[in-house]
Amino acid sequence: MGTIWTVSRVTAGGSTRAGLELATLARTIAEAGGQDAAAIIVGPDAADAGASLTAFVPRVLAAESVAGRPWAATATQVVLDVVDLGRDVLLVTAEPEGLALAGFLVGVTEAPLLVNATSVRWDADGLSIGMSAYGGRLETQSRFAGGRGRGGIVVVRPGAITATSAGVPGTVEMVVPGADALDALAGDVTLVEHVPAAPEAVMAIEEARIVVGGGRGVGGPEGFHLLRELADALGGAVGATRAAVDAGWIDYGQQIGQTGKTVRPDLYLACGISGAIQHKVGVQTAGTIVAIDRDADAPIREFADLLVVGDLFDVVPALTDAVRARRAASG
Amino acid sequence: MHIVVLVKPVPVVGTEHLDGAYRTLRDTLELNGNDEYMLERALRLTEADGDEVSLLAMAPATGVDALRKGLAIGAARAHHVVDDALEGSDIRSTVSVLGAAIGRVGADLVFAGAASSDGAGAVVGAALAARLRLPYLADAADIELVDAAGAAAVRVRRPMGSGHEVVQVDLPALVMGTQLLGEPRYPSLRGIMAARTREIITWSVADLGIDPATVGGGAATTQVTSAVVPPERGAASVVNLPPDQAAEAVVDFLAGRGLI
Repeated sequence: MGTIWTVSRVTAGGSTRAGLELATLARTIAEAGGQDAAAIIVGPDAADAGASLTAFVPRVLAAESVAGRPWAATATQVVLDVVDLGRDVLLVTAEPEGLALAGFLVGVTEAPLLVNATSVRWDADGLSIGMSAYGGRLETQSRFAGGRGRGGIVVVRPGAITATSAGVPGTVEMVVPGADALDALAGDVTLVEHVPAAPEAVMAIEEARIVVGGGRGVGGPEGFHLLRELADALGGAVGATRAAVDAGWIDYGQQIGQTGKTVRPDLYLACGISGAIQHKVGVQTAGTIVAIDRDADAPIREFADLLVVGDLFDVVPALTDAVRARRAASG
Repeated sequence: MHIVVLVKPVPVVGTEHLDGAYRTLRDTLELNGNDEYMLERALRLTEADGDEVSLLAMAPATGVDALRKGLAIGAARAHHVVDDALEGSDIRSTVSVLGAAIGRVGADLVFAGAASSDGAGAVVGAALAARLRLPYLADAADIELVDAAGAAAVRVRRPMGSGHEVVQVDLPALVMGTQLLGEPRYPSLRGIMAARTREIITWSVADLGIDPATVGGGAATTQVTSAVVPPERGAASVVNLPPDQAAEAVVDFLAGRGLI
């Protein structure tokens, strides 16, 4: 009997949101397939952070990050130590750390790898992985060759599933990574400089339940100021299209789409975004999409739930006021 | 200084299709957009005499136009691994083939783009680094070459979840960068003319010392079992009202869905 594993990173003393989602997914698959589920967490104060995963999965292995070593190199070593990729399934997030981990593991082990999963389930033939390809124009189902009982790595898009707790709390064990692969993978990388973000750090778009996105129509940094006010009123984060990022109006970390991040907030509010395929792929699984655009025939109309036709410089401030008023009224 | 830029000829974005065996049709291919940013930076880093930028692609014969474009932009030569045996390759095969080819080319630095538009896996760079035991620096927003106590080193600036960091490692190394590196140049007319005489070296799988039976669809460790065109989300309800009324309508809509 194999084990369904996940690996996540410590952030703010707990697991990343994607880590909680993956732990939920591992548990769900394991229940369907009569297998074990376990989560690995790597980072500083890993035992404490690992406790945040015990609500989701019966067994948590926690490994401290190693000073001077990239997260992915340490995580790779832990996986090589405890996971049997010939038989077990490893779920990692399609965020930078998970991609580096998955890549390292394939480079070292030649394990089977499926990327960009939007669903993973266990059926009569074993593991079946749903993927969204070509900007959502095609949905495929894939398997590891060799059928039931074959292991491998699945890179899962963040937000592909919703984290739900198990009801029965799990346990945390500490593990100490070996050193076989670590040195070779990490290289002798020197940290020259680390510049922390400004104190008014922006909320990470992949963790946010509400995202207000801006595109070319926002026109400049001043326009993004309006979007930020709306996001603040809604308790959300600000994202952007590639055009807005390329123009230098907002940081690259906020970019959503094919060359940026994939988000799955409960609400995506698209402002001045026409809805090009490259952006659509990053937002199409949002729970609700509301668009504000001057063009009543903008392509975003095809995948938004609500399209407000109007000038965002008028509509966005009005919406901010209306949201504040509604929130105040509902106490 | 020899920089090898990994490039992937990809189907034109928005026109991708699968054939009957669930493989991406590759009859008309263009240079993957993300790879052009790496090529641009490689060219800017190698302006000294004796420096060289070369391209490396694993692609069907139809990928040659994309390689010609890379040569027109400024690469000195291209290496093209082309072999019918490669059709249907999984990521594992791709990494073993590209790994062998990099070994053959010899490189001080290997550059990889952030992701390809067709596969969008964004893992091949990391996998190659691990296979070749090269240090891997990902998500580069800036790349410089520096002298580290007499040894050539690469220095990379990359955004972190909070702020950014600058890291450095001695060569050889593999760097994956993002579009923050700056807009790539267009091929000049002179470049297009020059590209006609620049060399595209082709290798079969056997040329690289790899058994063709270990790559391609027959050896794939993953398989697509079905593909469907998903239903479109229903078209949007349209609100066309003065701003204040539109805002109220949106708030009512959001409240109705429990989003506010």
